[in-house]
Amino acid sequence: MKLKAGIIGLGKMGISHAGIVGPHPSVDMVAVCDTSHLVLDVFRKFSKANVYTDYKKMISNEKPDFVVIAAPTRLHHSMVKYALERDIHIFCEKPFCLSVKEGEELVKLAAQKGLVNQVSYHNQFVGTFRELKRLLKAGVLGELVHFTGEAYGSVITNEKGGTWRSDPREGGGCLLDYASHVINLIQEIIGRPVSTKGSLLKKVYSKNVDDAVYSLLNLEDGLSGNLSVNWCDGTYRKMSTSLTIQGKKGKIICDATEIKIYLNEADLKEKLDKGWTIRYLTDLAIPVNFNLRGEEYSAQIEHFVDCIINKKQTDINSFDQALYTDKVIELISEDSKK
Amino acid sequence: MDKVLFGDNQFFAVSHLSDEKSREQGIRFKDDSSIIRVLDQARETGINTFMCTTHDRIANLCDHFRNNPAKYKGFKIYPCMPYAHKYANAVTEFGYLGTIKKYVPGNLFGTFAKGGIAYVSKDFIKLMEILIDAEMKMFKGIDTPVIFIQNVIVDLILGLKMYDVFKEYDLYIRKKYDAEPGYITMNMPAMYDALHSVGIENPIICSSINKIGFRMSGGKELYEKYLNEKAFRPIAMQVLAAGALRPKEAIEYLGRFHRIESVLFGASSKNHIQETKELIDNQFATSKP
Repeated sequence: MKLKAGIIGLGKMGISHAGIVGPHPSVDMVAVCDTSHLVLDVFRKFSKANVYTDYKKMISNEKPDFVVIAAPTRLHHSMVKYALERDIHIFCEKPFCLSVKEGEELVKLAAQKGLVNQVSYHNQFVGTFRELKRLLKAGVLGELVHFTGEAYGSVITNEKGGTWRSDPREGGGCLLDYASHVINLIQEIIGRPVSTKGSLLKKVYSKNVDDAVYSLLNLEDGLSGNLSVNWCDGTYRKMSTSLTIQGKKGKIICDATEIKIYLNEADLKEKLDKGWTIRYLTDLAIPVNFNLRGEEYSAQIEHFVDCIINKKQTDINSFDQALYTDKVIELISEDSKK
Repeated sequence: MDKVLFGDNQFFAVSHLSDEKSREQGIRFKDDSSIIRVLDQARETGINTFMCTTHDRIANLCDHFRNNPAKYKGFKIYPCMPYAHKYANAVTEFGYLGTIKKYVPGNLFGTFAKGGIAYVSKDFIKLMEILIDAEMKMFKGIDTPVIFIQNVIVDLILGLKMYDVFKEYDLYIRKKYDAEPGYITMNMPAMYDALHSVGIENPIICSSINKIGFRMSGGKELYEKYLNEKAFRPIAMQVLAAGALRPKEAIEYLGRFHRIESVLFGASSKNHIQETKELIDNQFATSKP
């Protein structure tokens, strides 16, 4: 029997998740929910899914096995809690919650209930970043010296406009929306940041939220590095995320399309030459059954569904991991006010 | 359709292989004249179709083509719409309604005679037609015999199973533009099935087709089965798998499928264009069934 799924929130990410959940061979997307009548009318006219404006009603009527929650971040806590209490597996958009306290409550509840819980930090499913994680674990760079985590893009390009993303109470701003991706990558690939220094939240065009984030992160093992993120950079056609890691044996520069490895001496076990070796996404991408916007978006949903079917917990992007990202966000935010 | 179609990714900083390469391209093709120079070199090798996104800068190129009718006699453009980043960024910045207001030309209340916005949701097809017309405006007076929807939109509609939207698109492109509708997708087998289910037969489907199965969702074997067994007009793209394959072996692989009507590729050096064009011509000249 197929799993029944409901989508809560049909913004850009919710629609995109719906487009991936829909064709999954083990899933029946039975319902969608949003407050915009314009979007719901499209589903009414062209889709077989039932439409709702109230997620509670959707859950009680449809009794889904899992829901995708892609409403503004402010609403995540109440929605996730409501669904967990009704024994529903949850795939939630990032960032997880607006406060660590809220997130902790949900992590605990999900564990008690034994439900599959995953957050949409899709970079963890990008082949190049996975390869980076593997190479670091294998110790190809030796002792690490420094790292830089960066993301740039042209989301906000002028002083006009205003959606929930420009409202700090709704979870808007570059730190929550954009920098969270880089923090999550650093925490899962290099190590968990435990303190921050010199954090700067800068405004470029926005009036109420930050447009750029700069910080010095100290990790639990003593390593430190820089975070540099800006979503008002017109030189980038789309979001470009990268990690650069310097070790005693060499250096790796990794983004979503390629991983560039420089080694002082060849690594025979990993078949890496002395000097530069470049590996491309074409060899590292995770094969998927349906591709919308990139393999990683499908791969994360496929992984989530797989965990439900096989009754196992996710080890990639669990609520617990996403909560840690929220904690670092809070550290940076507090540090910037000093 | 011509056997060889010239693409535009290299002009607009789209590299599936490297963000760094994207940036270099962005710098090299800053001026329209540098794009025109490469296009002219492509034409010298006998390429006569330019398949391009409805990017703002294409409008400038269209002016150039219109201003030099003798030089560009017989030159065809296959528009691919929409330039999705434009809309995606607008949705992030202005929301759905704000985006519609921004991109529906003229006064929305005038366009939707009865009741403006409230009327939009009653007539999405009309909205789609208005947006298509807005994107097509830049091509006025230019031969556009095939008009494509980009993969992000195709695959979204496909994933949401809103197949009737394809039917409406198909009807409108034929009626208004007297052109063939085309579909770019990362999910060719599923797309073929979807179009077939709403009665669209023998469609033009442009998808990744390469030896290493890159961006061939559902798997290479399924793609090969459809290429061999189903009735549609395939265009192969990403044939070099974003540069992972050498042109010779890449094109030889395509030669296994006699039904491939066209091959789409982009390059920015004259030698590279010439080499790939010749490989394609030779491969398909010798591998006729």
